[in-house]
Amino acid sequence: MNKIWLIIQREFLTRVQKKSFLIATILVPLIFPAIIGGLVYIMAKEAESAKADKVQVVDESGKFSFENTKRFTFLPLDLSVDQAKKAYNETEDFALLYIPPFEISKPEGMIIYTQENPSIEKVGDLESILEERVRDLKLEEYKIDKETLKSLKTNISLKQINLSDTGEEKASSSGLLYGLGFGLGILIYMFVLIYGIQIMQGVIDEKTSKIVEVIVSSVKPFQLMLGKIIGIASVGVVQFLIWIILITVLSSSVLGYFGLKMPQKQAMEEVSKNMNQNEEMQELMTEKNSKVNDLLGNLSEIPFGKIAFIFIFYFLGGYLLYGALFAAVGSAVESIQESQQFQFPITLPLLIGYFGLFMFILRDPHGSISFWLSVIPFTSPVAMVGRIAFGVPTWELVLSMVLLIGGFILTTWIAGRIYRVGILMTGTKVSYKVLAKWFLMRE
Amino acid sequence: MDALIARGVTKRYSNHIALDQVSITIPEKTIYGLLGPNGAGKTTLIRIINQIINADEGEVLVFGEKLNSRHIEMIGYLPEERGLYKKMKVGDQLLYLAQLKGLSRNDALIKIKEWLDKFNIRDWWHKKVEDLSKGMAQKVQFISTVLHEPKLIILDEPFSGFDPVNAQLITEKILELKEKGSTIIFSTHRMETVESLCDHIALINKSKKIIEGPKKQVKDQYRSNTFLVEHKGNHFTLPPQYELIKQELIEENLFTSTIKASKEIKGNQLIREMIDITEVHSFQEKIPTMADIFISLVKGEDDEALKKHLQEV
Repeated sequence: MNKIWLIIQREFLTRVQKKSFLIATILVPLIFPAIIGGLVYIMAKEAESAKADKVQVVDESGKFSFENTKRFTFLPLDLSVDQAKKAYNETEDFALLYIPPFEISKPEGMIIYTQENPSIEKVGDLESILEERVRDLKLEEYKIDKETLKSLKTNISLKQINLSDTGEEKASSSGLLYGLGFGLGILIYMFVLIYGIQIMQGVIDEKTSKIVEVIVSSVKPFQLMLGKIIGIASVGVVQFLIWIILITVLSSSVLGYFGLKMPQKQAMEEVSKNMNQNEEMQELMTEKNSKVNDLLGNLSEIPFGKIAFIFIFYFLGGYLLYGALFAAVGSAVESIQESQQFQFPITLPLLIGYFGLFMFILRDPHGSISFWLSVIPFTSPVAMVGRIAFGVPTWELVLSMVLLIGGFILTTWIAGRIYRVGILMTGTKVSYKVLAKWFLMRE
Repeated sequence: MDALIARGVTKRYSNHIALDQVSITIPEKTIYGLLGPNGAGKTTLIRIINQIINADEGEVLVFGEKLNSRHIEMIGYLPEERGLYKKMKVGDQLLYLAQLKGLSRNDALIKIKEWLDKFNIRDWWHKKVEDLSKGMAQKVQFISTVLHEPKLIILDEPFSGFDPVNAQLITEKILELKEKGSTIIFSTHRMETVESLCDHIALINKSKKIIEGPKKQVKDQYRSNTFLVEHKGNHFTLPPQYELIKQELIEENLFTSTIKASKEIKGNQLIREMIDITEVHSFQEKIPTMADIFISLVKGEDDEALKKHLQEV
């Protein structure tokens, strides 16, 4: 035990003391708030400094009377299109809008001339201004009152409530659960893959630097393998913890900074005003706000403690299951390139879990494929964590956990048998047959 | 007490036998040469002693006790395929390896300082192994092998990678360790090392032990009462108890004769008789070198052919 502890210490310290670890650990959490902060900053600046774009208008239909908006200043011209085009090129205005005479039922032939390629957003804004005007004209023609139209528009949002076995009511929100399942599943997938490959790399390094024979004359190969797996796991866990802490602190301070400058509600109104002057849109926004409130309410209904525990369990279980296999592959080969052929069958079930997460679990968390994916140990770390927020019967969870524990004991045992032979073999051409032979070889 | 006894050690792999009923006895405080061509099974035997692999049959006793995990701390092993963690500093590395051998951190620190001083390389502590030359790294590796003061030291080709000066330095350290009471197993192909350092030898070939014993005894075993005589003129006839095996002309009228005497005759008697019949310039008994014995045995010559061969070389 004491020796495993020494190995864990070494594996941990040598990695943590590396410059690359320091850089990755500090930079990654900086990147997110930096991006968010940067975007918010740019948006705020843009909103402040945005000048209304000048749009020259040649309206041959005579049906439009443009009001200036925050974004656009309209300059009606009394020129023919050809004249206007020539004149426009002399100016630095944003665009020249040409509206030919048209039937209200068939509003076609409108053209926008610009000197540079305009953004889709701006063109869209102009289009919606035109559409709105044409719609008003149509309303007039069909003699429909605006108020009547408004009362026709309906919006229904289903409030979701789970009835549990005990008849207890629980509000739920599939959108939120989807996001949670998605995020946690991907996190496990990435962790297993990134740190699994680190294990493999570590084993290959020991083999090619030939230190391994010295080490195994002091400790059992199995102890060395286990120490390495646990040591690297602790590097990963420490890195994740630092990330979570840094991201939380940095994000909240970045948001806090901008929040102070511009209270959130005001910012939202500002944005919605900028986006569209339309009153209906604003109404929609307030409706959305109430939805956000609902969502926040639902957030408190999700059993985060339970999810956190299960996440950590599958996080470690999945890592141990695959980590041992990566160690076995590392012991069999002499370079990363050579490892490709053996890596594939290991990453395949992990990939199946990953795709299963999108294709089945998040869409139909209680279907039979979702059940199997979240019970079979090779896919369960990604699948079960993706599924857990949707509510999983206890017996399924217990079955899945027991199988995962059994699974990693099995893979560690198999990997250990291959590893003990593999690390001392150099210059052999390794195939699956050779691996099987190593596995069967007596102590 | 014997440092190590192996009895009937056998190791089979699926398509070959690596060791076949090998028994050896290594007396305490000796330097024991384990000889044999590549692939003979030396490394397998060494790995069994180090408990890296287990024997299928037979037993190994270390200082009278059946091989067990406590022995790991009593053994220092320098494998032929050796290396260190490239990115680790010399000091950290030695500390780690010493602790794996059961030394406490404090003891290890003291010992490491001692050894670095012995080699005059105290300032290497913070150097990374990848920044050392091959010879420098070998020194660190040697220190790591003997740091925990093992009673049994196993050195597999210890001199490869050393220049003659450093090889001499390592030889001195090995002899010092022997003086202090360590038993040393040498696995090597270098016969001059065997000749100069080893007290005992064993030869393993094709998974079997062919010969074992004190070096002198082994050599004596292959002495065949043959003498090399340099003399002037060759117009003489030897008495019947001598057999002229070979005669070479060195320069004008100067010859070297290889003469085999029958068992009961001593060298002195031959000299006496030779002086009477010719002018003797030099006289020596032909004792086979370890290299000769090694090559002949490995070629699989039987005793008679072997002796004949040894006379002729």
